[in-house]
Amino acid sequence: MDEAVGVESNQIHELGKRVMGNARLAEAYRSSTLRLYDHRRQAIAEVPGFEALRERARALKREVITHLDYYLEQFAASVERRGGKVHWAVDAREACALVIALARECGAKEVVKAKSMVSEEIELNHALETAGIRPVESDLGEYILQLANERPAHIVAPAIHKTRGDVADLFERHVDPHRAEEPEELTAVARQALRTVFAEAGMGVSGANFAVAETGTIVTVENEGNIRFSTTAPRVHVALVGIEKLIPRFQDLAVFLRLLGRSGTGQKLTSYTSILTGPRRLGEDGPDEMHVILIDNGRTRALADEKMREALYCIRCGACLNACPVYRKIGGHAYGWVYSGPIGALITPELAGLKQARELPFASSLCGACREVCPVKINIPDLLLHLRAQAQETAAATKPPGSPVREHTAMRLWAWLMTSSRRYAWSARWARIGQHLVARSGWIRSSRFFPLSAWTRDRDLPALAPRSFRQRWKDLESEEKDT
Amino acid sequence: MRVALFVTCLADQFYPGVSEATVKVLRRLGVEVSFDPAQTCCGQPAFNTGYREEARLVAARNLDLFANADADYIVSPSGSCTSMMRVFYRELFEHDPLRSAQAQAMAGRVFEFSEFVVKVLKVDDVGARFAHRVAYHDSCHLLRELGVAEEPRRLLRAVRDAELVELDDNRLCCGFGGTFAVKFPEVSAAMGADKIKAAAAIGAEYLVAGDSGCLMHLAGLIHRQGAKIKTIHLAEVLASH
Ligand code: SF4
Repeated sequence: MDEAVGVESNQIHELGKRVMGNARLAEAYRSSTLRLYDHRRQAIAEVPGFEALRERARALKREVITHLDYYLEQFAASVERRGGKVHWAVDAREACALVIALARECGAKEVVKAKSMVSEEIELNHALETAGIRPVESDLGEYILQLANERPAHIVAPAIHKTRGDVADLFERHVDPHRAEEPEELTAVARQALRTVFAEAGMGVSGANFAVAETGTIVTVENEGNIRFSTTAPRVHVALVGIEKLIPRFQDLAVFLRLLGRSGTGQKLTSYTSILTGPRRLGEDGPDEMHVILIDNGRTRALADEKMREALYCIRCGACLNACPVYRKIGGHAYGWVYSGPIGALITPELAGLKQARELPFASSLCGACREVCPVKINIPDLLLHLRAQAQETAAATKPPGSPVREHTAMRLWAWLMTSSRRYAWSARWARIGQHLVARSGWIRSSRFFPLSAWTRDRDLPALAPRSFRQRWKDLESEEKDT
Repeated sequence: MRVALFVTCLADQFYPGVSEATVKVLRRLGVEVSFDPAQTCCGQPAFNTGYREEARLVAARNLDLFANADADYIVSPSGSCTSMMRVFYRELFEHDPLRSAQAQAMAGRVFEFSEFVVKVLKVDDVGARFAHRVAYHDSCHLLRELGVAEEPRRLLRAVRDAELVELDDNRLCCGFGGTFAVKFPEVSAAMGADKIKAAAAIGAEYLVAGDSGCLMHLAGLIHRQGAKIKTIHLAEVLASH
């Protein structure tokens, strides 16, 4: 898929169908998500009191999000106290401009990037390139996507949809004409290509999994060691932090670290957990300068909605994506922006605006599998329902193809019929008469009119029973009296 | 004990046999069952699609109807409609003190059929016989909004000559999802096809569920595919002998 410009979430139907029609892609999503889902299940089974841990994490996040102004000030003061510098960015443009200014200041022509969803959100790579600075992704998955010119397909495993063969093709074309096939070889090719850049880059950019208000600490977790490298080797480290990433105290970290790895990949702990507090002090390793850019980009708008602010508790573990049967079918790119799956369906409309993403809240059967795995117990289906209501208020649904009326008109008519048993029975009678035209031996197999047309696309619809229950009730009543 | 039935519009119009089976089983257990023909729908189609105003109109009518019902309990052969009335009515009317008190009262009184039989009537064996290999499909609202998973299985295990088998990944959604089924028809159908495949893989003759919506979706797929497996509502299994 070509690099998308802007939010194309309303194309979810077409984009999703593309994945379902591609056996290789469909299988990649299916097997990878099922594997991660299963790993999670095994990992949490080993932890006694996992439920209590989730409750604790949720309570901590609720505390932070409810008093975010207080914790942000505390965090900023803590960072400065440890010699770091804090910057505030209202939106993506400001955040990118800050990174570019910092790169120019330290004369960096190349910037090493650690895997960071917020950097994808603000489209930092694009901004850097336009400014003549070369961004180099150090995370293997992100590196693959950079070569393929794609967005992440999953918030934790960005290249989840790429098979080994795809990666081999990409590397052969872009990196090393000697084709490598085995995973170890492929990793070696990437490492070789990145090593020279690593050594020379003057600036490293990372995200943050957590930001500790009490101590001004940035915490990152990963498995490859590239984040650690990108945040410590270059002379300047810039951490991009969405303002919802805060946790109150250093000791709270223990709660979240126990949840994050297990929920996301089924690991007790990821291989590397980097705890970064301020730039290097005398006699230590580390960057000379540490900058933290606190990014809003729509988050305070979400915060203003008392119901929707719950979505800001998210710690981006990816568990809800792996559990979601819809994500498994349509894949990450179908969600049309950087965040996908159930959490993408929540925060894309919040951050990018409901108009651009009005289809997303509807892309769910509301089965609740996401809520079941979420480490901070976000009531995702309930928030999706809430967003659906907002969607109908802010951007009216268009007329579905094959529908004689708009959706809202149909619903009004439906409510009118359902608020009187006479009208209800009357419409059922007409439907029984009408179905003689379309039903054959008890089934309706096709129709030109919505919603029948959509229902009968891949399945049949049983005809209405010859007599409804209410018509049969009289007989049942007399049966009761007879016995 | 007196029970007011909420049969659901789907069962009323498409599957009256499900409602009849519900009545039959309850009567067999000594319950006095009433049915008020003034009832229509619980309001879920509108609520599920984001039309809360329309949902409220239908829900409010239902609240009034059952507030006056001369019965100890309200029982419905649907996990989804029961969730609507127990969980979502309260949400729908959270800013309306009068209605929300009504919704609160209803929440304490409304039960899904299998949960009512096992939890309230304290019966596992309803005296049914059904000589088939059956797989129980957990409908999502029943499973996750009401937390009912064990009750239907207990009832099925007590059915003579029935063999209950478990689906691989039995918590997985069948893809119905109310209006999701027509908003994302391809995804919905693909999810349903997975469910049917899973049931066939363990040699089940019947897919049993507690929601007519899921069953209508699955039956429609099965009929289109010409597959052998059949669908049946839990109440119908329990009513047979
Ligand atoms: S919503 Fe919950 S499950 Fe999904 S990514 Fe966020 S924390 Fe993880």
